[in-house]
Amino acid sequence: MKQFLDLSLSGLTSGFIYAAFALCLVLIFRATRIVNFGQGAQAMFTTYIALDVVQRTGNYWLGLLAALVSGFVLGAVIERVIVRPVETGPEINAVIVTLGVFIGLIALAAVVFGNTFEPFRAPFGLEGFQVGDTSINLTPTNVFNIFAVVVAMAALLALFRFTSLGLQMRASAFGQEVARLLGVRVGQMLTLGWALAGLFGSLAGILIAGGNFISPNFMDSVVVFGFVAAVLGGLDSFVGAVVGGLVLGLSLAYVQGYVAPELVTLAALGILMVVLLLKPGGLFSSSVARKV
Amino acid sequence: MSDALTQTNKPDEKSLATEGSPQSGRAGGLLRSTLVRHVGLMLLALVGISLLLETVSPFRVSQLGELTYFIPAVAGLTVLTGLNGQISLGHGALMAVAAYTTSVLLDQESPLPFALIILIAVAITALVGALVGAAAARLHGPYLAGATLALAVGVPGLALYFEETLGGEQGLSVSPPRASPNFATFMADVTGESLSGQKFTAYLGWALSLLVLLLLSNLVVSRYGRTWRAVRDDEVAAELAGINLGRARVLAFVVSAACAGVGGVMIAIITRLTAPTTFTLVLSITLLVAIVIGGLGSLVGAIIGSLIVVFLRPFVTDLGAEGGLNAAQAANVAPLVFGIVLILVMLLAPRGLVGSVRFAYLTRQAARQAKAQR
Repeated sequence: MKQFLDLSLSGLTSGFIYAAFALCLVLIFRATRIVNFGQGAQAMFTTYIALDVVQRTGNYWLGLLAALVSGFVLGAVIERVIVRPVETGPEINAVIVTLGVFIGLIALAAVVFGNTFEPFRAPFGLEGFQVGDTSINLTPTNVFNIFAVVVAMAALLALFRFTSLGLQMRASAFGQEVARLLGVRVGQMLTLGWALAGLFGSLAGILIAGGNFISPNFMDSVVVFGFVAAVLGGLDSFVGAVVGGLVLGLSLAYVQGYVAPELVTLAALGILMVVLLLKPGGLFSSSVARKV
Repeated sequence: MSDALTQTNKPDEKSLATEGSPQSGRAGGLLRSTLVRHVGLMLLALVGISLLLETVSPFRVSQLGELTYFIPAVAGLTVLTGLNGQISLGHGALMAVAAYTTSVLLDQESPLPFALIILIAVAITALVGALVGAAAARLHGPYLAGATLALAVGVPGLALYFEETLGGEQGLSVSPPRASPNFATFMADVTGESLSGQKFTAYLGWALSLLVLLLLSNLVVSRYGRTWRAVRDDEVAAELAGINLGRARVLAFVVSAACAGVGGVMIAIITRLTAPTTFTLVLSITLLVAIVIGGLGSLVGAIIGSLIVVFLRPFVTDLGAEGGLNAAQAANVAPLVFGIVLILVMLLAPRGLVGSVRFAYLTRQAARQAKAQR
């Protein structure tokens, strides 16, 4: 029972982070119908930037700020410079370009920062809370992670719901032609979407890094988990991505605890396959429509 | 129904074939047969490769050997992605399946004959390919890329899980097969020096690679190749023409996986170590780089792409080392260049080398014809 509780708690924590990562994929997919496989590499790179800032200044929060800003800028630059030309082409071309970003950024990080494992500071303690006389598998850092993701999600929700900018972004995602006719600068909205996704991704990256070691490859499996979580939710819905992230986080925690940690990625693949074969539109799809 | 279709199709095929080959009538009946032309070409290539292997330095021999695990896998992938429109990032994982099968089978007290081991490894990889392909047949574009990405990231975990048989992080060391005494003495008689193990592996690899290329080059101009292209270009039209979409896609995946299997066998006996670190995502993406550079769907492009990848890698690594990077950093210059190349080719020449050349040629020819008609 204790193990089940501990696994559930750790699954919940990582679930929130997967949800944040799935959200960036959904954000981009809704706007441009592209799955950004480079997202994890972008987040890894900004985490290294944060590490550099933390090491120089000794201040975690400055590092966090640096990661968020650089994630925002990197996302915008990637969209504007290398993704825009392939946005309208065959979908396979866009996939290949984002894979180029993926492998290129990882290699660049290995060249610039070195291909080693670097410890990354945690913002808060890493000792589990005491309940009675046993410590449970929930640390102050975990609580901070969940808090940060929830705040970021709320901010995103507020942006989309209550601001004119959010409305314009939704409009360009819904119908580019119509939005353009109504005076929305669709191109800028797409860039903004990628920038926001970059910001969200870098948040996920730095949260995963907190209290762990980072290396150029530390986000590789997170890309897979984020993608699976996003597909669980249908790749198209923000709520779906969050639920998908939590479901995946919990399931993978149980696989890790009860089966074997080596098989976690394959388990994610299994879940992905089951979902795609049984409910290709995600867990919440009601009707299946297919464009011919 | 399908019988009627094939019957009505047949005359068309014939007239197309004769129209398509410019030498028809002049160069004799034999050359008109695709099989004869391709077999002749492959035999010529085998002779050329043999001459090359006998004259170049051992380092070049090792590079030529390295090519032989890229070429079959890249050729298989280009058929799948270019002709059938399915992208796969899982071909590195499929190579791992074949490599581990080969390593385990070679590690026995009295191993099976090597030819049989190749067949078993390729068959098992094709079987895994059928499983993956059955799932992949329902997916497209980004979904397929994501699923196969998960395969590529996840499969090395199996080697860690079954540490007893698959060697875990350390991997399995492979004792490569020896040349049969007959072949060794024959080569020694012809060349005047004894056949080194490395050279034998290169010969073996090239024989296998050319065999794979021969089979694929015939397959892509056959009925199956046409079916795959039809499925890629327009699903609805293909289905209306009586093509079973699912079956065509799975078959393409199985063929492609079998080719990756040949590559996997070669990677095991060339690197002599089968470990999870060999089969990272970078391997899968390197295969993708090769087909993108060469041009999706072109076998010639697959060869050119493999050549560029294999010879570019040490070149840029050396460049990095000269630029003052340490060994670990310099090793990452190649993937960095690959990433940039992927992006640049997609932005500037999405048809790849062979595709761009062919397109330029066809445009010029069309322009000339239009002029002549005027």
